[in-house]
Amino acid sequence: MPSITLLGPQRLRPSVNVTLRSLGIDGPLASITAGWEERETEDAELRDHVGGRCFNLQLWERCERIFERDIELFKGFRKRKDAQIRLRELYRKQLHHAMDAAKEMLETPGDTSLMEPERQAAFDRVRELDRHHADRMLETELEFERKYTPSERDIVVAHRDQIARILEHCDALLVAGGNVAVLLNRMRLFAALELAGVKPIVAWSAGAMVMSSEVVLFQEDTPHGAGYAEVLQRGLDVCPDVIPFPHARKRLHLHDPLRVQMLARRFQPRRCVPMDESDRIDWTGEAWKFAPGTRALDADGRVTKVRAVKSRRRRK
Amino acid sequence: MSRAIRQLAARKNLTPGLLAQFLREHEFPIIEEHTATFAFVGEAESVSLRHWIHGLPASQPFKRLMGSPLWYHVMDVPEGSRIEYKIEVTHRGQSRWVIDPLNPHQARDPYGANSVLLGPGYEHPTWAEADKEARTGSIETHRIDSKHLEGGREFRVYLPARFRRRRRYPLLVVHDGDDYLRFSNLQTVLDNLIHRLEIPSMIVALTNPVGRLTEYAAGRAHAAFVAKELVPWLEDTYPLLEDPAQRGLMGASFGAVQTLATALYHPGVFGNLLLQSGSFAFSDIGKHWRGPAFEPVVKFMNGYRAAPKKPATRAFVSCGMYESLIYENRSMVPLFERTGMNVRYVESRDGHNWENWRDRLREGLSWLFPGPSLLVYE
Repeated sequence: MPSITLLGPQRLRPSVNVTLRSLGIDGPLASITAGWEERETEDAELRDHVGGRCFNLQLWERCERIFERDIELFKGFRKRKDAQIRLRELYRKQLHHAMDAAKEMLETPGDTSLMEPERQAAFDRVRELDRHHADRMLETELEFERKYTPSERDIVVAHRDQIARILEHCDALLVAGGNVAVLLNRMRLFAALELAGVKPIVAWSAGAMVMSSEVVLFQEDTPHGAGYAEVLQRGLDVCPDVIPFPHARKRLHLHDPLRVQMLARRFQPRRCVPMDESDRIDWTGEAWKFAPGTRALDADGRVTKVRAVKSRRRRK
Repeated sequence: MSRAIRQLAARKNLTPGLLAQFLREHEFPIIEEHTATFAFVGEAESVSLRHWIHGLPASQPFKRLMGSPLWYHVMDVPEGSRIEYKIEVTHRGQSRWVIDPLNPHQARDPYGANSVLLGPGYEHPTWAEADKEARTGSIETHRIDSKHLEGGREFRVYLPARFRRRRRYPLLVVHDGDDYLRFSNLQTVLDNLIHRLEIPSMIVALTNPVGRLTEYAAGRAHAAFVAKELVPWLEDTYPLLEDPAQRGLMGASFGAVQTLATALYHPGVFGNLLLQSGSFAFSDIGKHWRGPAFEPVVKFMNGYRAAPKKPATRAFVSCGMYESLIYENRSMVPLFERTGMNVRYVESRDGHNWENWRDRLREGLSWLFPGPSLLVYE
């Protein structure tokens, strides 16, 4: 597993250059900004910030070019997307009820010995639903892989080769935010992490989210009141034991112990890590090291500063 | 009498200078907690407030302050109210309705303009004002022939900023499209909500009636035009998502009746309805009182209420509390829900007007078409 550093949002107070210095990386860099979609190459600020030594892998644009030439793959991609949209709708319908029930159990007063098993059971049902949804989404991915074999198509292979050649000359991979679903499927299509091998990864915002075992979507500040976090699908799974929540200050009600508790309990035993500007966590191979001030959500509804989270997973 | 008028009246000798100072020092109507004081200065035999608040006398007389040219009227204004009005001035036996000369706030509609009282707690929607950070979409004008509407029909199509042929878009079809553009800032609202990721980039078809009270009175011809001619043409011309869950139909007043009727006449085409201040007139017994234009509407609504069907998967229904239609709209909500439709119903302290409909667009559109904010983390 490569060295991984996850950062908070970079737009207003970028810290990628400081991070790279702290990691002793001063050579050329590869970047993925596919989450920005059509704005993928508008990366001048990022390049300036890291001293111009950055090669954009242009995964979004490569994918667009592939779809122009390989109509069959494009249609398969769309078909998978349609199936995933439908699955997401069905999941949401069930999730709403399951989370309402879990919330009600948390809000219902009573003796701990009576209530705690009920609360635990309610969250077990949510976790089971999350797991089921992630499995169904994975089925659509596998079906797509089986039917359209993207990794064997000449045009995809050619692009992967080009990407591999760029990566060969780079010391680290930067993964920026944007649309997390787009970023994830572009990184999967080009097997970006496989090609990067053991090169250090620095990722932020949606870039940090895709590294997790599951990509968790969240937005509690909406015109319709706070909704519930959703599992989008399995992530790239190189970031064990933690789930990053970028822009937490804006997107989460961190002042509300009930909302904090709901997130923390639902995703146990993984730690939910709010990631705002200047937050940073580093994977050491056995544990996550938290930069000073970086916090995690606790199952009792508090948001506390954390120094390290040990991994339950054996080193790959 | 309000505090401001009481203080002025206490001055006994109301000189022109004192009156001018009073007018300079206040914004009109004067809001004090939950009361509003309307004022008018000028020669007149009588002055009245004319408004469209259902349940209150439509004409409310002003009083003259101590024989001065200042006329005033005080009324209760509940939290969050927005009230459109005019002032009726009778002078030398002639009566005319005028915009309040002391109030800069106005709202336009197809019949002209009204003055607007912004009550305590009313928040002007910043998302309805041009935002220089938001990219603007474009509007194209098209015309297609029609078997259902004589002479075919012209309509407009809003394409979102950064429109791309290879992407597929949700579709919203709007009744009274040009009025929504002119009086509810629809294009700006779409640009802003798309920019804020609160709704997805979408294609919006803006249709207009020729004979509104006929075509939109649950008219089968207009419904067939929309469902059988306009939508297929849009499908052929633009990259649209095919799922009805990604299709919406909206309208206000008679446009809402036509929205409901179109969804019922052509089930499965539109999964989402946005119904604003629907003219859902019905009669549980006997005749209705709304006049001949409502005859076909009442017939349609009575038929629907007798045998309700699910018109779409989701509907956002809104109505102003100061509208005469509030009773009908409230009555429809449980009925819609019983059909199995997922309904969100919102009331506002406002009337039957385009700015009320504008103010509900963010909540309605983002509920029916949730944007990618859940997916985007920059």
